[in-house]
Amino acid sequence: MAPSPSGQGIGAPPAYAQNGWTRLRAGLFSSPLNTLLTVLLAWLLLMVVPACVEWLFIKADFSAANAQECRSSGGACWAFIAEKHRLILFGTYPYDEQWRSMLAGVILIAVIVCSAIRWFWRPWLIVIWAVALTLVAVLMWGGVFGLSYVENSRWGGLPLTLILATFGIAFAFPFGLLLALGRRSRMPAVKALCVVYIELIRGVPLISLLFMSSVMLPLFLPEGFSIDKLLRAQIAIVLFAAAYIAETVRGGLQAIPKGQYEGADSLGLRYWQQMRKIILPQALRIVIPPLVGIFISLFKDTSLVVVIGIFDLTQAAKAAVADAQWRGFSVEAYLFIAVIYFVFCFSISRYSQALERRLQTGYER
Amino acid sequence: MADAIIRMENVNKWFGKFHVLRDINLNVAAGERIVICGPSGSGKSTLIRCINRLEEHQTGKIIVDGVELTNDLKQIETIRRDVGMVFQHFNLFPHLTVLENLTLGPIWVLKQPRKQAEANAMNYLERVRIPEQANKFPGQLSGGQQQRVAIARSLCMSPKIMLFDEPTSALDPEMVKEVLDVMVELAEESGMTMLCVTHEMGFARKVADQVIFMDQGEIIESNTPDAFFDSPQNDRTRFFLSQILS
Repeated sequence: MAPSPSGQGIGAPPAYAQNGWTRLRAGLFSSPLNTLLTVLLAWLLLMVVPACVEWLFIKADFSAANAQECRSSGGACWAFIAEKHRLILFGTYPYDEQWRSMLAGVILIAVIVCSAIRWFWRPWLIVIWAVALTLVAVLMWGGVFGLSYVENSRWGGLPLTLILATFGIAFAFPFGLLLALGRRSRMPAVKALCVVYIELIRGVPLISLLFMSSVMLPLFLPEGFSIDKLLRAQIAIVLFAAAYIAETVRGGLQAIPKGQYEGADSLGLRYWQQMRKIILPQALRIVIPPLVGIFISLFKDTSLVVVIGIFDLTQAAKAAVADAQWRGFSVEAYLFIAVIYFVFCFSISRYSQALERRLQTGYER
Repeated sequence: MADAIIRMENVNKWFGKFHVLRDINLNVAAGERIVICGPSGSGKSTLIRCINRLEEHQTGKIIVDGVELTNDLKQIETIRRDVGMVFQHFNLFPHLTVLENLTLGPIWVLKQPRKQAEANAMNYLERVRIPEQANKFPGQLSGGQQQRVAIARSLCMSPKIMLFDEPTSALDPEMVKEVLDVMVELAEESGMTMLCVTHEMGFARKVADQVIFMDQGEIIESNTPDAFFDSPQNDRTRFFLSQILS
């Protein structure tokens, strides 16, 4: 049979796409309940959207010189952000040196973006990371090349959040992998250790870990020996995230059929070769969505370090709000950092979807 | 037999309380081709899986190419390097291309250079007649093609012994022949030691030096194919043959 030119006729799927109105009616007004819900939602949108737009843009003040002027406008006070953005973004980092903090943040973002691109997945990516991290350290601490020394208790804002999140993921991921493998180990001691660790950590909130690391840990350390506060917070984040990553990865490992292990065994591959070449690539592909979920919550959870007085993005926003001269603009401040968090989290999420699609190779038929 | 490449002496194995292998004694000479058959649950798969330690035997001795199978990982690795296995469900690695499936073992276990491993792999793909599929993923091939890739994957390791665990029973009927053809060719050309668990009696007649019948964990009867099929000695063997040949 010759195919009909329109694609219709025998063998073609039935045409159902009618004009816009019929489709709209079928989708939104197909039953009394649907009609009611549609009307209700439309009303709600009408109430909310114009009000938001008015507050956010129309009545907003972008250039007021002081808080008094800003309050009278009746809309959002973006002048507050204009005034405070450097405090929010860079925290208590010395004002004149904040370009260093910004540059460090930009380098960090750039190297993360590079790592996401397949073209960069070569051995020398490690070199790029080493160089980038050295640069970040030099810029943030200074003390060399004529840069003044800035101790890390003064670091703050977005670069600090990025540092906590990057190192958090970079260390928690491999640690979590080892825990997941350990929990499935045939060696009882290794297995027990991993189970106890995972269950203990998952049983406590991150806040309490942060408190413990900042308040209790110094009590156990010998006199005169102290670990930096920032490092302790970083360690707490890594330990916490690793337990969750471990359980997620274990889920992926359990989804791999026994035949894959046997196939690998029969070739004479050793345990670590099997894991690296056969089991983990498949298991990790399966758990990309929940794994990315953990990374995203880790990124946001770094904001919990405010409880031990570390000056990350959220704490910096709080400090900006606390300024007596600019009282009452907390909504603007928190919206501002919410947008920043969102941009990062949404990018991670989109990237993971792209990655999943690319790794589909060979599974579709 | 002193020159046996596989020697099993009084091998016993239990799954929990279930006695899967009972006092197995088996000698396989180098180059010998053996077909193992028997009803399902008779322990035939378990028997050959003990040879490369996918299953652990509990008592008795298994000596493969002069190396005894113990808990020693080094010895297990040595034996696995010399023993190839083809599975019922292929067990190809779905995230790797056909070529990568074939070169994985040679590169990582035998430490061959990539170029050499790939040339070798292509050579074997020619032999199983699917060189054009080298860059596809296993999921894109038919069952018969996948099983031929799996055979090629084992051959790439240049094993001394090949184990086949019901290689055709997961295949659609029209694909059984293409796999059996490859196996017959392998048997006739390479002179490799082969142990094959299968119900393909035509294959057994054609290539086997010896047919072994197992039931309830025991080797009931062992004979040349002609004697085995034409004048089975044991009642259970006769019953089994009448079941599968009718």
